[in-house]
Amino acid sequence: MSRRVLAKVSEVKPGAPKIVTAMGRQIGLFNVGGEYFALANRCPHMGAELCKGWIVGLVQSDAPGEYRVTRPGEFLRCPWHGWEFDIKTGQSWCDPKSVKARNFKVQVEPGSELVKGPYVAETFPVTVEEDYLVIDL
Amino acid sequence: MQASLAGAIDCDLHPPLPGVTGLLPHLSAYWRDQITNRYIDKLPFQLSSYPATSPLSARPDWRPAPGQKAGPEPIRTHVLDRWGLGLAILNPLHGAVALFNNDMAAALCSAVNDWVAKELLDAEPRLRASILLPVHDVELSLREIERLAPDRRFVQALFLAMGEAPLGRRVNWPLFAACQKHGLAVGIHAGSTYRHAPTYAGWPSYRVEDYVAQSGAFETQLLSLIAEGVFQTYPKLKVVLMESGLTWLPHFLWRTGKTWRGTRPEVPWVDRAPAEIVRENVRFTLQPVDAPRGEPEVLARVMEHLGSDNLILFSTDYPHWQFDGEEVLPAGLGRTTIKKMLVENALDTYLRLREGAAGERALSEETVP
Repeated sequence: MSRRVLAKVSEVKPGAPKIVTAMGRQIGLFNVGGEYFALANRCPHMGAELCKGWIVGLVQSDAPGEYRVTRPGEFLRCPWHGWEFDIKTGQSWCDPKSVKARNFKVQVEPGSELVKGPYVAETFPVTVEEDYLVIDL
Repeated sequence: MQASLAGAIDCDLHPPLPGVTGLLPHLSAYWRDQITNRYIDKLPFQLSSYPATSPLSARPDWRPAPGQKAGPEPIRTHVLDRWGLGLAILNPLHGAVALFNNDMAAALCSAVNDWVAKELLDAEPRLRASILLPVHDVELSLREIERLAPDRRFVQALFLAMGEAPLGRRVNWPLFAACQKHGLAVGIHAGSTYRHAPTYAGWPSYRVEDYVAQSGAFETQLLSLIAEGVFQTYPKLKVVLMESGLTWLPHFLWRTGKTWRGTRPEVPWVDRAPAEIVRENVRFTLQPVDAPRGEPEVLARVMEHLGSDNLILFSTDYPHWQFDGEEVLPAGLGRTTIKKMLVENALDTYLRLREGAAGERALSEETVP
């Protein structure tokens, strides 16, 4: 297992995930209200590029004809079949126990710590001035 | 060797009904006058879905003798005593429900219901009945449910698979509310009032098309009840599909569940997989079994897909010609499925059946909200 630096924090905005490649696999990085999350860019249903889907809230209802949008920006709808996934956990809404997108624990690390090493930066140099998103792969 | 049916509950059988003349004592002065002075007292008022002369409509040995007076006797001999059944639920199929004059439909439905109570339920304590409703008028149907609900021998409200609009629509909700309140099941029986063509594609030419197309109508009704959120609104409601067949259910549930996963925000009140809702709230009568008799593994496989022993309610579908001799139980059902199907599932579906014989002890209303 190695620590991998995937992106600068400043590159990942709310509602605009960044898709990066690490160890040959694509990972989507998400900013949900200043917290950062990472999901494999692969829908567990049919393999679509999940992280290119819509970032949405969760529609819920207390009774037929009543609609509530809760947790705005916390869900991802797959671009192929519309299945909804909780960005924070990768769990699907329709079948959370058995249908789950692979997720990774993301840490924010200041460049000043990272430069002490060891780490793997995928495509860019790490500088002491920036904060970075790091996962263990 | 067939399992014993002693004590079983037959959840779908059709009583012989009188002609309109026989209903006259149960009609008001106005409707007696209308029926006789308009010369419609000799009309059969039969549903086109079940033409009396069709071979399917009655087993040869169950056909009423010419001139035989409608009453409890053939049901006793042919069904209740023959198999030693405990209870049987009558579903009167009468053409009144298809009339365009809603007042006349309601008057005739009430007359049929009163005739059933007096001539059949009073005469035979093992019988229970569904309430025939003028289904195209919600207010009049509601009035009929409220009128008969105090008679605990009525255990279900009767609808047909094909009417004017899908049953789940909110306009029908007062009926579902009343059924839940009174502990009545909602029964949907095969048949059409022919407000629309009985197939999605238009009017068919032949009876075989009409007959086979019924299962499509059941799928539509079931989907409507699920999508409209009827079971979220009336969680204690039990819906019974009668003469619907069953083998279409696994693929229907799979397709509905799969599509729901991607379209859930459109119907966010559907808060769990449709298959779960069906297992909790929907039941199916046994006959006619729509699986090949010589290949019991087909039915066994269907039951495996459905994953529940609670779904089927025993029925003979008397007098319709669905099986010969004693072969009312198909091969392919497991022991537990059969055991539950014969009694327990019916008791869990029709809450009023637990109350004992007719009128003997009228328990208080079921405590459902």
